[in-house]
Amino acid sequence: MKQIVVISGKGGTGKTMLTGAFASLAKNKVMVDCDVDAANLHLLLHPSIKERNIFKSGAFAKIDPVLCTHCGQCSDACRFQAISSEFAVSPIACEGCGLCARLCPVNAIRMKENTAGEWFISETRYGPFVHAKLGIAEENSGKLVAKVREAAKEIAEKNGATHIIIDGPPGIGCPVIASLSGVDLALIVTEPTLSGLHDAERVIDLAEHFNVQTQLVINKWDINPEASEKIERYCESRRVPVIGKIPFARAVIESVIAGKPITEYTNGPLKNEITKIWEVVGC
Amino acid sequence: MIISVASGKGGTGKTTVAVNLALCLEQAQLLDCDVEEPNAQIFLKANICDRKPATVRVPEIDYGKCNFCGTCRDVCAYHAFALLPKKVLFFPQMCHGCGACSRLCPQGTIREIDRPIGEIEIGQRNDIRFIQGKLTVGETMAPPLIRQVKSHIDPSLTAIIDAPPGTACPMVTAVKDSDFCILVTEPTPFGMNDLQLAIETVQKLGIPYGVVMNRAEPDDLRTRLYFKAHDIPVLLKIPFDRKIAELYSVGIPFIEQFPEYRTKFQELFRFILDSTKVVA
Repeated sequence: MKQIVVISGKGGTGKTMLTGAFASLAKNKVMVDCDVDAANLHLLLHPSIKERNIFKSGAFAKIDPVLCTHCGQCSDACRFQAISSEFAVSPIACEGCGLCARLCPVNAIRMKENTAGEWFISETRYGPFVHAKLGIAEENSGKLVAKVREAAKEIAEKNGATHIIIDGPPGIGCPVIASLSGVDLALIVTEPTLSGLHDAERVIDLAEHFNVQTQLVINKWDINPEASEKIERYCESRRVPVIGKIPFARAVIESVIAGKPITEYTNGPLKNEITKIWEVVGC
Repeated sequence: MIISVASGKGGTGKTTVAVNLALCLEQAQLLDCDVEEPNAQIFLKANICDRKPATVRVPEIDYGKCNFCGTCRDVCAYHAFALLPKKVLFFPQMCHGCGACSRLCPQGTIREIDRPIGEIEIGQRNDIRFIQGKLTVGETMAPPLIRQVKSHIDPSLTAIIDAPPGTACPMVTAVKDSDFCILVTEPTPFGMNDLQLAIETVQKLGIPYGVVMNRAEPDDLRTRLYFKAHDIPVLLKIPFDRKIAELYSVGIPFIEQFPEYRTKFQELFRFILDSTKVVA
């Protein structure tokens, strides 16, 4: 079984467009959306949810105003400025370390378990799909990513799937690292802009740091052919194979509006190029 | 006045809006809080005059005094410690720097040291003061670095914050305590889906907001009706224009070639000033 994650560093370069196309091209696979705080793949795959799970993670402090003597030990010790001068805890600022509860001399502080989101096992016409929704303004997205990936792996093993295909989040931080660890291939999607190149450099560094093999695709390459060439030269110097160049096309936006993977929306060179990319990535 | 620029979905034009807006103001600060992938400097090209490491406080164990009691492991909510017979393993990437271990160690064997997680750069372009954070590749914790970038905000100036995408802790840390949040989106189902999430986030934080529609389609009835039905102020529309996309690709702020947008950004700023006055 091969695990493939699609990442980019920079947001909006075409990760979900490409992952959605893979969903329609790959045969026996499990699809995963690891962009848990701004998920979009469901808008192309139209899942029907079979199993809903609560994601509990972390904790936040709650101060009992009846017991509290306003001594201030908790707020002095809190590194996250989560306790106001009126001794109320901001659940958004609180990182759940529990130091305040341990220090409180009158035991007025309790740590409450936090519901940080939900994750789902769904059926789609492209096969099983595991996805999630992080609660608004919640943390621990990395843990939710790990949870979703664990569930996908179980399903893939049970079904004897040949591929797990993961739509990754933007950036290089905690949820990206959780999406990347232990995969067989990271497919990087970038665009021919200075920002696209800069962010691809950092995401290549990240994959290298975690010893993950990478390949790269340039999306909308003809928006700036010179910049595309620059990216290709850079990739050569880093020994990252550029396995495809997707031209800019109105059809991409239209397919998203139609809620369909691009390869089911259009025929011709665009579909051929993406099919060729999948043949390299999937093998 | 602190104005943050956020989006939910990545690649909608946060940096474009943040940089062009800053360039249209007199005496502004621009803070790039997208510390995982900072891009504002590609467009601003400020002269960087100061660089310093950004650090978090992590524990260091004095093995001369440690009796391997395991308190540090037990009190750590982030599972950053593991205990072996004659060794305490510490995983710095898990540590949130809460200080519980050093504070509660009964032997007093833990002191805190600074561990670098990235860099802060400070620069200037004309009358814009620029501050950016850069997370070191492989580090997981963007929020402490974002907080350190924001500690450079000068309250006497207008501060523009370029926020990271998403709605999780990095985005929340960046937009928290703003007086106004500009949410940049595009008229695609992905853009509108993530805009909804971003709106819920800023509402939860109690921050007034307005929308900039990037790559706007002419006569887009669908999004217009949506904004009207939900009473969402649209501050500015930037049309889809290949020339703007080309300028972006080479790192040129588009107001330099579309001067008519200078007035539009200034009007947007005045709108924000007026609307926050009413709220205050």
